[in-house]
Amino acid sequence: MVQKSPDRNYTPGKLPLRERALRMAFLQRIHDIPGGEKLHRCIQCGTCSGSCPVSWAMDLMPRELIAHFRAGDIETILHSRTIWLCASCYACTERCPQGIRVTDIIYSLKRLAIDSDITLEHDGAHKLPQIFVDIINKYGRNHELGLMMRYYLRTNPLQLLRMASLGLAMMKRRRITFTPPRVEKALKDIRLIIAHAERLEVPKEIFSPEYRPDTVGYRAIDKVSSRSSKSPSTTE
Amino acid sequence: MKYAYYPGCSLESSSRMYDSSLREVFRCLDLELVELEDWNCCGATAYFSVKETVSLAVSARNLALAELSNLDIVAPCSSCFTILLKTHHMLEGNTELSDKINEALGAVGLSYKGTVRVRHPLEVLVNDVGLDKIRKTVKVPLDGFAIAPYYGCQIARGESSFDDSEDPVFMDKLFATLGARLVYFPHKVRCCGGMLMYTWEDIAVRLVTDLMRCAQENGAHLISTTCPMCHANLDLHLKQVRKLYPEAKPMSTYFFTQLLGLALGIPAEKLGFDLNYIPIDQRLKDVIQRTREVSHA
Repeated sequence: MVQKSPDRNYTPGKLPLRERALRMAFLQRIHDIPGGEKLHRCIQCGTCSGSCPVSWAMDLMPRELIAHFRAGDIETILHSRTIWLCASCYACTERCPQGIRVTDIIYSLKRLAIDSDITLEHDGAHKLPQIFVDIINKYGRNHELGLMMRYYLRTNPLQLLRMASLGLAMMKRRRITFTPPRVEKALKDIRLIIAHAERLEVPKEIFSPEYRPDTVGYRAIDKVSSRSSKSPSTTE
Repeated sequence: MKYAYYPGCSLESSSRMYDSSLREVFRCLDLELVELEDWNCCGATAYFSVKETVSLAVSARNLALAELSNLDIVAPCSSCFTILLKTHHMLEGNTELSDKINEALGAVGLSYKGTVRVRHPLEVLVNDVGLDKIRKTVKVPLDGFAIAPYYGCQIARGESSFDDSEDPVFMDKLFATLGARLVYFPHKVRCCGGMLMYTWEDIAVRLVTDLMRCAQENGAHLISTTCPMCHANLDLHLKQVRKLYPEAKPMSTYFFTQLLGLALGIPAEKLGFDLNYIPIDQRLKDVIQRTREVSHA
């Protein structure tokens, strides 16, 4: 079941403060996706849910993610397993009759959940990408064995034992190695780019100071989308 | 023809046979690959789930390096291909974003103007080399083989436009040229679960089971793939698949470049057929033997 936030005092016409902050943060992220503003075209047809190969395991269908956004309930979305179950296969994006970039929107929800410190209570899925990022920042390339070991140690150490014989077979074939790969000369460059980009990560303020997204529904998107990018034709 | 080559992290380790077979096949067909010097991880799906700007900057560094060489960039891994293409399009479609990324790249004197073409080797082989030339180069036809062409979810979707997104045919055409028989495989673009194999194993195993069952029941001898993640998921988890589908046979999955290499008469040792976890099947051993005879003749 989707976890509910403990504090839900509704005043008609006003969103709870936390929800308002999440909504603004989400709209900012949508703003960065070329064509992201097409979210307001959603007709709730369910093609995304029907196309998703893992929707049967989700607590919220992809279609429901957008319904919850429209209803002013981002908090529920961020607590769902759904966003972490998305394996990024793009079936929904490919088939959406309205050209909505569902996969990219789910990516932005993952980022928002991490930035808001909302994590899954019983599952560790959200930890894997963070461990991956640590590895890339350190070596410049992925180290498959290191990623697996760190992930299982943090989430389910017993799994390491279960995987031991497979791991050995892979090592024998040199398909995984203990030594991490390394970029030779340019590691300093890569780290510099990362450090620089980290500072630019903070989304640009796209709202005027008096703007408050108390409006639920899709209208809030229109208010910020006009400054977004030129819509690329590739999404049509 | 000359291309900038971006192997990607998996091709250095778990899918190193994809790397070696691709290099062999390209050499055999007179295509030159120039590996990008000190390339870095594309960021994959994971970095993009954590930080957007940083992940785009990390990915764009590779594009910037390719741009300096003035060559198209060939990315065999589906995830790298998708991410590099996505980065290219996102920067093209959003000037605010591309300014930011160029500012980050500027820290080391790089920039990305947006002129690189991101290519998948499958598309390069079919479009740039052409099936006619490949047909003429075949030394050991793959006749007698029934292949399930598994494209994986990413290479035909997203920003990629070289093939049909619901029913891609490039690999089908390639294998038909090599003399193989393609089986009906409606799951050709269905997701293998990707990283879910680590985060929610039971869910990913169900997806892999669907794929293996579909291939087996349609009479495939083996599965051909274009993606390291798909390969790992299909090759390494037969034991778990059998819990859901006890009749599952040990069906081998190979990269399309390995099978192509074999047909072109490249010795099997150079193509890494012995690196799969699922043992090699007898029918393939026979073709490998024939390849040996051809290369000795």
